[in-house]
Amino acid sequence: MRKTIFAILILLGFSGTGFAEGGRLQNECSTCHNITGPAAQTLKEAFEKKGPDLFYAGNKYRQEWLVSWLQKPQRIRPAGMYYGNHIKAGAKSDEIDVSTFKEHVALSKADASSVAAELMQLKPHDDLIVKEKNETGAISKQMGEMAFNKFLGCMACHLIEPEYGGLSGPEVYTAAKRLQPEYMASYIRSPQAWEPKSWMPNKHLSDINIQKMVNYLKILSKETENAK
Amino acid sequence: MPNRFLLLVLLATCCIQIQAKEAAADNYKAYCVQCHGSDGKGDGVNVKDMPVVPRDHTDAKSMSGRSDATLFKAIKEGGASIDKSILMPPWDGTLSDEEIQDLVQHLRVLCKCKFGS
Repeated sequence: MRKTIFAILILLGFSGTGFAEGGRLQNECSTCHNITGPAAQTLKEAFEKKGPDLFYAGNKYRQEWLVSWLQKPQRIRPAGMYYGNHIKAGAKSDEIDVSTFKEHVALSKADASSVAAELMQLKPHDDLIVKEKNETGAISKQMGEMAFNKFLGCMACHLIEPEYGGLSGPEVYTAAKRLQPEYMASYIRSPQAWEPKSWMPNKHLSDINIQKMVNYLKILSKETENAK
Repeated sequence: MPNRFLLLVLLATCCIQIQAKEAAADNYKAYCVQCHGSDGKGDGVNVKDMPVVPRDHTDAKSMSGRSDATLFKAIKEGGASIDKSILMPPWDGTLSDEEIQDLVQHLRVLCKCKFGS
């Protein structure tokens, strides 16, 4: 019943004032997010996902970004969690059907801080994070872009700027602002270690190339911020 | 007793594998449709900025020019492994060999063709 009420409140653009009490993740966020794990083990489960898994949020997100995003949520995956639920036939190709999306609830600053702090406690994958190190290396934006687009083909699924790239994956021009560098490295190394049914393939990148891609994503996000 | 234990292990392994294997149509929906399109015509939601258009899986003429082994290799190791586009990634970290074999047969259903036909 509570879940039904919350779903209705989301549809009505609920401001989030009800988040003042504890247990928010269990009571509200769990309607659309997996907050307990494990990740989807079958495609049937993966097709039904409404939002990203949050049970490893503390291993994944940057807290300051969470606080900011929760107050002003914007879509990060242009075609939603499972793109197949949000596309329609277009004149030249499949297109995103924006009528299928629901807005994410926006929280007050205090509630956003509180929820973000709660999310950051969720760290079941320290084992994967500890294997990664982020070395700030020199890679030009031009070289990074060439690798990302031409050598690795990542642009097939990801936007590297608001109007360029693929749509089924999350935008990457904000990735480093949203995500911890070790998480990015670990996910690039093996998406399936985090989500067995991830849409993202393992491209078997070497350690050096993983570092290069993480550092390229950092440059992209910095540039996106500077352009604002 | 050891035989019974062995039987249980074999049964468990068998059941786990059955659970883990996805239907080819579902794997196609999950991983292929994003580029190859809802109907397999090479017009997926991602194609807008692609320098190389994904293969039209309903095109019997071009699909019949590829052997099952070539299709298997392309799915498993990526487009570059058969001198095609890098935009087609390797799916060996996602799909089992058996699932890839099933996908090859799924492609044959989409193109309504066989190699050399």
